[in-house]
Amino acid sequence: MKKTVPVPATRVSLAKAPTGIQGLDELTGGGLPAGRPTLVCGSAGCGKTMLAMEFLVRGATQYGEPGVFMMFEENAQELTANARSMGFDLDQLAARKKIVLDYVHIERSEIEETGEYDLEGLFIRLGHAIDSIGAKRVVLDTVEALFAGLPNHAILRAELRRLFRWLKDRGITAIITGEKGEATITRYGLEEYVADCVITLDQRVHEQISTRRLRVLKYRGSAHGTNEYPFLIGERGLSVLPVTSLRLDHAASAERISMGIPRLDEMLGGKGVYRGSSVLVSGSAGTGKSSIGAAFIDAACQRGERALLLAYEESSAQVLRNMSSIGIHLEQWVKMGLLQIHASRPTLHGMEQHLVMMHDIVRAFNPGVVVVDPISNLTLDRNEAEVKPTLMRLIDFLKQQQITTVFTSLTTGGSSTDAPEDSQVGVSSLMDTWLELRNVEFNGERNRTIYVLKSRGMAHSNQVREFVLSDPGIDLVDVYLGTERVYTGTARAAQEAQERLAAELRQQDHERKLRQLAGKRKAIEAQIAALHAEAETEEAEVKFAIAQETNQVKASRQNAEAIAHLRGGATSGKSK
Amino acid sequence: MKDKQPATFELRLYVAGQTSKSLAAFANLKRICESHLAGQYRIEVIDLLKNPQLAAGDQILAVPTLVRRLPEPIKNIIGDLSNEQRVLVGLDLQPVKL
Repeated sequence: MKKTVPVPATRVSLAKAPTGIQGLDELTGGGLPAGRPTLVCGSAGCGKTMLAMEFLVRGATQYGEPGVFMMFEENAQELTANARSMGFDLDQLAARKKIVLDYVHIERSEIEETGEYDLEGLFIRLGHAIDSIGAKRVVLDTVEALFAGLPNHAILRAELRRLFRWLKDRGITAIITGEKGEATITRYGLEEYVADCVITLDQRVHEQISTRRLRVLKYRGSAHGTNEYPFLIGERGLSVLPVTSLRLDHAASAERISMGIPRLDEMLGGKGVYRGSSVLVSGSAGTGKSSIGAAFIDAACQRGERALLLAYEESSAQVLRNMSSIGIHLEQWVKMGLLQIHASRPTLHGMEQHLVMMHDIVRAFNPGVVVVDPISNLTLDRNEAEVKPTLMRLIDFLKQQQITTVFTSLTTGGSSTDAPEDSQVGVSSLMDTWLELRNVEFNGERNRTIYVLKSRGMAHSNQVREFVLSDPGIDLVDVYLGTERVYTGTARAAQEAQERLAAELRQQDHERKLRQLAGKRKAIEAQIAALHAEAETEEAEVKFAIAQETNQVKASRQNAEAIAHLRGGATSGKSK
Repeated sequence: MKDKQPATFELRLYVAGQTSKSLAAFANLKRICESHLAGQYRIEVIDLLKNPQLAAGDQILAVPTLVRRLPEPIKNIIGDLSNEQRVLVGLDLQPVKL
């Protein structure tokens, strides 16, 4: 009968009793330790009773484990009324013998202590309730009220120890709630007796916005998430923001989907973004972030996918009107049930609660694409250490559902000297694709530009495009890349004309230079010819001089021989 | 008070089995009643082991518990009733000064 949620660990781990509370079972790897008591503690109003009640109701309705709710503070009527606000009908469950509600009334002033006693009455009472419906689960809320009612704490402590032991022996999965103490986990040190699993709840107010948080302080014999996780008490019970980020194993789809603007898809490798990826569209006020989101929704609905728009700046009527002014008619999709718009004030809850709500909505509606416009309103005045893990959980959740998400984000400043990378340090690393929108103010007009700052896993354009919003819709236009800057709007046209003129001038200049060069070459060639002639003249002179000298030598030798001959020739036998 | 309220004292002693504490409580109760409420009281002993459903119905936690059902208001006295003074205070009986 007992269903167990699959546990991530491969080893056989502790038997667990699923709570059925969204997120808590993921956090604890399947639920609370089965057959053992768990201590849930926190200060007043942080949701202990609600958690315990949901555990019991879900156990009775979903897991076939009836339960006993023994309360020491509220009476059964009050509890039933509270439960109704979460959609649980305790009366009906009690009538069907799924649960037993037992209110233990204890009033110090009505009790007189005389001598020895024990709490066997409580045991009998609880035992009887358990036996009457075959209960597997028990909630004691909050057993600490006994400390106020019974003066003899020594007896009480001994009896509580015995009680928890007794519950364990009977194999009851129990939740014992306790009030948070000053220095200890609970005011009366219940953690001493309940050592298997301790969950603390907390409600903190930051910037006037309160957030409930849950933390598994201890879970003997089981791995668990140790962080603080925000949770929400909503209309469908508790939701703990799931801990899917414990793992990073979501499937990566190779499917690409259109952003709804053909030229933008072109910039993203020609095919748009991957299904299940997250897209950040950042930019300062009025750069057209929401319009990109609307175009994306429009495209999704045209494909027949369901889309969810979470609007934090405009009401849904306003969104519909404004988007129809640029040719995006979302109303038809709302009517067809393909589009849901949830508009709420970002200051209504803390960011975590918003995210938990998004979660609930996403689970209920099951959309293919989600647009959050803008996410920056949620992260307002929050430090990034807080924002990032929360957002990461949401993104992980959406990715696991293969939901493609567009987050718009308002950046401050917007001057082109700031590096845009600095403006979104907290969230950018979580995003797969980042589109940056910019206002370029120049020449008496302001124009929008767009570029792809990053896009994981695909070739993407490095170009800046002009982003044009007009009656028929959104379009991207090539910007003019001049020598010094990017030109948009009329400046682009003017610059283009100017550039053409300059090109003509340059062309003429080149021709002139070529002519000059040709002239120069001719002059040089003439010079070379003259030098050649000079060299030849000199050579001839030298040759002439050499010939003359040779002749002289020859002549003088002949002369000498002639003289010798004339003198007798005896000495000149050699000449023969 | 005793004179103003001639109605009988309806007392119930809740015990869980024949433990030494419950036996002691019954003996103590009997003795106190005899000496202070002779003829005006009725004691009903309820063994919760036999009637466990009564524990919830009568808001019993500790055993032994003595409940004064009448006269109103209902009073609870827990313990083995060994401290006579406190039992008398609990029952709203002025201790008889000897």
